[in-house]
Amino acid sequence: MQRTILRNKKLITLISGILVAAAFASHYLLHNGPLAEGLMLAASIIGVLPIALQAYQALRVKVVSIDVLVTIAVIGALVIGNYEESAVVTFLFLFGDYLELRTLNKTRSAIRELTQMAPESALKQMEDGSYQEVLIDEVDIGDNLRVLTGAKVPVDGRVLTGEGHVNEASITGEAVPVSKHEGDSVFAGTILDNGTLHIVADRVGEDTTFGRIIELVEEAQDAKSEAERFIDRFAKWYTPAVLVLALVVCLVTRNIELAITILVLGCPGALVIGVPVSNVAGIGNGARHGVLLKGSEVIHDFSRVDTMVFDKTGTLTIGRPKVAEVKHYHEEQDETRALIYSVESQSDHPLARAIVEHLSDMTPYPVEKTDVVKGGGIVAQVNGQRVAVGNLALMQQEGVAISESAMDDIAAMEKAGQSIVMTSVEGQLRALVGIRDQLRPKVKEDLQRLKRMGVKHLVLLSGDNQGTVDLVASELGLTEAHGHMLPEDKAAYIKDLQKQGRIVAFVGDGVNDSPSLALAQIGIAMGSGTDIAIETSDVVLMNSDFSRLPHALGLAKATAFNMLQNIVIAIGVVLVLLFSLFFSTWMNMSIGMLVHEASILVVILNGMRLLRYKPRA
Amino acid sequence: MKKATIQLETLTCPSCMTKIEAALKGLEGVNKDTLSVSFNTSKAKVDYDDSKVAIEDITKRITDLGYEVKKPR
Repeated sequence: MQRTILRNKKLITLISGILVAAAFASHYLLHNGPLAEGLMLAASIIGVLPIALQAYQALRVKVVSIDVLVTIAVIGALVIGNYEESAVVTFLFLFGDYLELRTLNKTRSAIRELTQMAPESALKQMEDGSYQEVLIDEVDIGDNLRVLTGAKVPVDGRVLTGEGHVNEASITGEAVPVSKHEGDSVFAGTILDNGTLHIVADRVGEDTTFGRIIELVEEAQDAKSEAERFIDRFAKWYTPAVLVLALVVCLVTRNIELAITILVLGCPGALVIGVPVSNVAGIGNGARHGVLLKGSEVIHDFSRVDTMVFDKTGTLTIGRPKVAEVKHYHEEQDETRALIYSVESQSDHPLARAIVEHLSDMTPYPVEKTDVVKGGGIVAQVNGQRVAVGNLALMQQEGVAISESAMDDIAAMEKAGQSIVMTSVEGQLRALVGIRDQLRPKVKEDLQRLKRMGVKHLVLLSGDNQGTVDLVASELGLTEAHGHMLPEDKAAYIKDLQKQGRIVAFVGDGVNDSPSLALAQIGIAMGSGTDIAIETSDVVLMNSDFSRLPHALGLAKATAFNMLQNIVIAIGVVLVLLFSLFFSTWMNMSIGMLVHEASILVVILNGMRLLRYKPRA
Repeated sequence: MKKATIQLETLTCPSCMTKIEAALKGLEGVNKDTLSVSFNTSKAKVDYDDSKVAIEDITKRITDLGYEVKKPR
C-alpha cells in the first residue's frame, strides 16, 4: 500500500492537478460552488496521502521533516473547512517536488555522465588464446585485452600491438583524439575512435586514473564546508522550532489560519538546498573540463586566492629538459663524456635523464660505488677514478678549483636560462653541461589571465639556479622568483607568505612538492604527477594541462558567488514571507507554498547556470 | 566490520538525509560515526557489524521509510 502510493507519486500529482483545475473551472465557469468544494476536497485527500505517509515515516524515526509541517497544515486547513487552500498547497508541494527532481537531475548530470563513462566489460584473452567478453571485475593486472573501434579502454595499460586514435576526453577534458601505438599508455574510460589495440593491464578498477577521478569527484560533490554544516545543524532544529511556534500562535491567538500559514512559510527549502546545488553544478562543470575541485570548502578558499606560487620544472616548463651546450676543460673529451654517461645512468633526476638521452651513443664504464648527495648531485667510483656530477655546491664540497674562464662560462650559461651540471674527475673540473627546459606554450597568456582575475602575486620557487629562475620570471612577467630552493625552503616560504595574511595556492607536479601542496591553502596538482600529489592536493588539473588553471580559478569564483547568491535568495524569501505575513493582507498558505517552491526552483536553476560556465578570454 | 555503499533513488529534499540517517542510527550493529547519507550522489555509506546486522536489514529499513534502494554493495 505504502509502496504503491509512493511509486505513483507522479500520477497522484497529475490527478491532484487535474482536480484542482476542474474545481477552479466549476467555480469560475459553471459557478457551481458545491461541486468546486467537493473537487477541492478530493484533490486535498488524494494529494496529502503520499505527503502524510512520508511524514509518518519521519516521525517514526523522530525527525520533524518538511512533510510533517505540510501534513499538519493541510489537515488544519481541512478542519477549518478551507478546502481550496488545502488542495492548492498539496498540489504545489507535490508539483514542486516533481520539478525539483527533474532540475536536480539536470544539475547532477555532468558528474553522472562522467561516472557512466566507467567501463563495464572487456575483451580478455583466455588460456586458449581466444578473446571473450568478461565483466570488468574479472580483469586482473597482467591480463591481455583487445580493444575494438568504438569500445572503451577497460583498464590503465600499455599497447602491445596495434594502432588507433583514442579520445581521452573523460580524463583530460580534451576531445582531440590522440594517436596510440606500441608502447604507449592508454587509460581506462577513454574511447578508441578507430583501429584495434592489444593492451596489457597495468592498473584495474578503482586504481586506474579514471577510477580515482570518479572517487574524488563523488566525494567532492558532497564534501561540506563549515558554513554548510552549520546550515544543516540549524535546519535540524529549525523545523521543530517552526512547529512549536505555530502551536504557540494557535494557542495564543486562536487563529488556526495564521498558525497553519506559519507552518507552510516555515518550510526550510532554498537555504538547505542552495549551496549543494551550486557545488554539484560547479564541480560537474570542472569535471567536464579537466579540472577537479575537491568540494565546496576548496571552492570557497580558491576563489579568494591572492598569491599563486609555482614550481618551475614540469609546471611552468614542459618538464622534458634537453642538453643545450657542453663545455669541456680537458683534452680527453670522449672519456669525460663516457664517465658522465656512466654516472648519470644511475639517476632518475630529470637533468640526469636529459644528459643520458643526449649521450646515448656512449658505452658506459662499470660504476663501482655511488653516493647521492642530497641537493648536490652524485659522487661515484668509476673505472678507478672519483667522479662527481652535480651543482656548484657539490664541486666546492669536493674541493674542486674552478678557473676564471669556467666561472665566466657558468655566468653566461645561467644568463641564458640553463641549468648547469658540473663534472669533476679526481678533483679536477672536466666539463659543464647546460640544460634547458622549454616553457609550456601559452603559459604567459594563462598567467596574465590569472592576474586579471585578481591574483596579485605570481611567485616562482625553484631548486634551479637563480639565473634560470630570473630569466623565466622576466619572460613570464612574474612578481617574484627565487632559486636554489629545497622542498623544505619552499614550504617555509609559503608559511611566511601565509603569515603576511596572503591566501596562497601552490601549483606543482608533486615531485618533491608534497609538503608545499599540503601546506598552501589550495594545493593544485598537475594531474600526471604523482598519486600522492593527487591525493594531498585540493585541485587537480587533469593531464597536467596548465591552460586549465584560468578555467579552474574562474569556475571557483563563479561557483562561490553562485552559492552566495543562493543563500541571499533563500534568506531574502523567508524574510519577505514573514514580513508579508505580519504586515500585509495578501499572504496566505497557498501563496506561501507557491513562493516557497518557486524559491527552491530558482536556486536550482541558478546553480544550473554553472554547468555552462566558461571563463572570459 | 563491513562497509556498505547503498545507491538510493534520487534524493530531492535535504530532510530525506536526516530521515535516513535517523532511521539507520537506530539499527543495532550499525556504526553511527561512519554513517553518512549524501545528497548529491544520493548514496548512503556506513560501516556495520555483519554478525549483528545484515545488509538486507539496512536496505529494508530504508525501503520501509519509503525510499527505493537501487544497488547495495
